[in-house]
Amino acid sequence: MFLIECPWCGPRDESEFDCGGEAHIERPADPAELSDEAWADYLFMRTNPKGRHRERWVHACGCRRWFNIERDTVSHRITAVYRMGRKPPGRR
Amino acid sequence: MAEAYLRQGVLDHLHLDARAVREPGEARVALCERRFVGKVSLRGRPTKRFLAAVGQALGFEPPVAANTAAGKGGRAALWLGPDEWLVVTPPGSAGETAEALRAALKLQHCAVTEISDGRAVIGLSGARAREVLMKGCPLDLHARAFKAGHCAQSTLAKALVILHQTSDQPAYDIYVERSFADYLWAWLEDAAAEYGPAIVQG
Ligand SMILES: [Zn+2]
Repeated sequence: MFLIECPWCGPRDESEFDCGGEAHIERPADPAELSDEAWADYLFMRTNPKGRHRERWVHACGCRRWFNIERDTVSHRITAVYRMGRKPPGRR
Repeated sequence: MAEAYLRQGVLDHLHLDARAVREPGEARVALCERRFVGKVSLRGRPTKRFLAAVGQALGFEPPVAANTAAGKGGRAALWLGPDEWLVVTPPGSAGETAEALRAALKLQHCAVTEISDGRAVIGLSGARAREVLMKGCPLDLHARAFKAGHCAQSTLAKALVILHQTSDQPAYDIYVERSFADYLWAWLEDAAAEYGPAIVQG
């Protein structure tokens, strides 16, 4: 159990949130132009790093807003929280 | 809306009226169902123009600070999100409140929806009310962090609730989806049992 800082509500218990997987995956501009392999890569393939990972989370039991988190997948340390549509902070 | 004499509170089948005490006296926890509280969902970007129009309709502007409530004259607006509020009204006046909001917000991009019957409202108050909530709610409810005029959406005994602290007594209004009301009431009575809860008129 850890605390997540909702950009709107402030620190709340992890149990109030759901994780929406890897962040910053852009839908291809012209899906019809893609090979099946490239399309499958966009749909299904995700990075699974050991270390810093950028993820989408939603404050499901609270304000129900989506936002991004940068989280260390080993230590669970959250190093950044930023709103949807914002650029991820530069890596330190 | 149903004929007034046919309307039933969400928890009427528990016959709380028959168990209600007139004088809660020294009870450290008091519980009631607040029946027929009017509720209107209000959505819109909080521009100056939007806030002013809502202020004109309600007599007060909806709060823009997260997790706070504002109110006047028996009505209140609870912040639910950066573009979302729950407007609560006395029984029977949600319709006219919604009409007033729609009229004031005419031509603005917004949504006003009456949702009065979607949730039950349980009133919880008394010296140990905070301790009762702390048994099943992950919020920081310490008097320093959560006080009168604060509201929050969270879970209570795993049920989704909107919690509104209405006084520093402390007293809380708990908004819970209708189908969870019976379960949550049973949980609250059980959680409050050690404090000798009194059931009071809503
Ligand atoms: Zn939130």
